[in-house]
Amino acid sequence: MWVYEKKLQYPVKITSCNPRLAKYLIEQYGGADGELAAALRYLNQRYTIPDKVIGLLTDIGTEEFAHLEMIATMIYKLTKDATPEQLKAAGIEDHYVNHDSALFYHNAAGVPFTASYIAAKGDPIADLYEDIAAEEKARATYQWIINMSDDPDLNDSLRFLREREIIHSQRFREAVEILKEERDRKIFF
Amino acid sequence: MQQTLPEEFYQWMEELQAVDFVLVELTLYLDTHPQDQNAVQQFNQYAQQRKKIKRAIESKYGPLQQYGNSYSGMPWNWSSGPWPWQL
Repeated sequence: MWVYEKKLQYPVKITSCNPRLAKYLIEQYGGADGELAAALRYLNQRYTIPDKVIGLLTDIGTEEFAHLEMIATMIYKLTKDATPEQLKAAGIEDHYVNHDSALFYHNAAGVPFTASYIAAKGDPIADLYEDIAAEEKARATYQWIINMSDDPDLNDSLRFLREREIIHSQRFREAVEILKEERDRKIFF
Repeated sequence: MQQTLPEEFYQWMEELQAVDFVLVELTLYLDTHPQDQNAVQQFNQYAQQRKKIKRAIESKYGPLQQYGNSYSGMPWNWSSGPWPWQL
């Protein structure tokens, strides 16, 4: 089971209402390479991956939910005090007419989240390469959002998340090596 | 609902976040390097430290976890805020 903790993984300091930044951040909430897709991808792959990497998929998948909560906190705080006029000026009036200030799993262009963002091939190497690619894409997305943002406090939290993608990618690469080593050991037995 | 807690709470929380960062990092590292004795030792040491910080926060600001992973006050104080996004 999972146990929730009343604590963000890393502080999120938002002092200004800035719905434009929320528009970009929603990409990491309900987008193809976002935190929800990441969490669901890894946790779903655990059942058929070799035992040696189940722990890693469990722990990275769980951390992704902590990242999802950080992104949600950012979006919530950036928009909670916005007037309909401000939301319109930021280009998220389409979101407002459907959801008011509620969060929703869609990407920056308003496309709803879909399970087709997640692959599960059942082949350990194929799945882990998919995971490495997902982390690198998420890292790149964080960089593009940082480039668009002028909020130093927000960027501090986004840089933390960007670094986590790098770590996850590296751990997945190690997992690939572990599986290759095991495979080769069997061949040359 | 937005709430502000005493400055001390934020300092405690940052301390917990810092220790937990070490623990998350060591967890992922040990998942791929399970034979590293120094890392295991460091992990257990930090696990002990996080318990102390958690206890200190909870004694003053209420439970951080539930389902029995934290004690409850009277009345039940888990479901009262502030939640992390309300701080």
